Amino acid sequence: MQNLVNILDKNGLIFAFLVVGGIMYISFLFGKKVTKNKIPAAAIAISFGLVIAYFGKGEKGIASIPAFSGMALLGGSMLRDFSIVSTAMGASFSEIKKAGLAGVISIVLGIVIAFFVGGVIAYFMGFTDAKSLTTIGAGACTFIVGPVTGAAVGATSEVIAISIAIGVIKSVFVTIATPIIANKIQLNNPHTAMIYGGMLSTTSGVSAGLAATDMKLVPYGALTATFSTGMGCLLCPSILYYIVQQFI
Amino acid sequence: MKIYGVAILAACYLVGQFIGDWFGRIFEMSGNLGGVGFAMILLILLNDYLNKKKLLVPETEQGILFWSSMYIPVIVAMSATQNVKAALTGGWVALIVAITATSVCFLLIPFIAKINRINN
Repeated sequence: MQNLVNILDKNGLIFAFLVVGGIMYISFLFGKKVTKNKIPAAAIAISFGLVIAYFGKGEKGIASIPAFSGMALLGGSMLRDFSIVSTAMGASFSEIKKAGLAGVISIVLGIVIAFFVGGVIAYFMGFTDAKSLTTIGAGACTFIVGPVTGAAVGATSEVIAISIAIGVIKSVFVTIATPIIANKIQLNNPHTAMIYGGMLSTTSGVSAGLAATDMKLVPYGALTATFSTGMGCLLCPSILYYIVQQFI
Repeated sequence: MKIYGVAILAACYLVGQFIGDWFGRIFEMSGNLGGVGFAMILLILLNDYLNKKKLLVPETEQGILFWSSMYIPVIVAMSATQNVKAALTGGWVALIVAITATSVCFLLIPFIAKINRINN
């Protein structure tokens, strides 16, 4: 047994691949069988990750257990930012032109509104430092923008965990709410789908929500949502953080 | 070769980090200002450019796409290594922020969709 722990300890990153692969598999299975694909598997897997973190002893979640130390490397800021940058491959400026002015407005507005609504609520719920407010506001954009911003401005792990949780709840909420209110917001054409993706930013929630509404609209919403996520990673830790600092 | 794609991605990432760091120092703020966002814009521009010139072979693209398929697993690993116990005390914040911020964005969609139609 000690031998096994030693091997896992020495090969932390490789063991982390195995662990995360297992989590993904269970989450996809759970998503398919229990929620009938109604909740994005990505949101289930991330929630699963947060639950596992709870069983770790200290600040570093599951990585505080030596055998799982590789999880901190796989989920560390270097590999995280690297893989997030790669998702920009799904976006193209020539495509975004089709969304027109309203598309561009939605991409910027989706970030700014979510950021400030999130920040203001956090302020009234007792968070008073600029780093935490910025990170929570960024979490209200997506579960990617939150931790990217949190790491950039130097927020605590606790606040980063809250920002991930906000992003995950948003993703699930968007998924469930989209088919219900699609008619009310006239979400039945590519143009509105692009604006919807830009406003809500969460690529996983937008894709799953559109899939449940009308499969044909998925690529339109996913495109602007990807742009919006990139915009969030750009604006939140820079201009928006700067603005928050002026107020606090 | 796939490594070409990974190398392109690495170049965009590093230049983005450099720009973000540079902005951080200009504005005298701690940390990296928007490095990930700059890197994403660079990659989009480079991807558009290489596609136009037909320089991006599928094999190269695969090197980048591999990493974009790894992003959810990486986020899962990141979630699993956060201080969730401490964050749970703020559980209500997460729920209220998420629902309120998202609802406001939902409500604005029809109005923004209209802006464009008037312009056209």
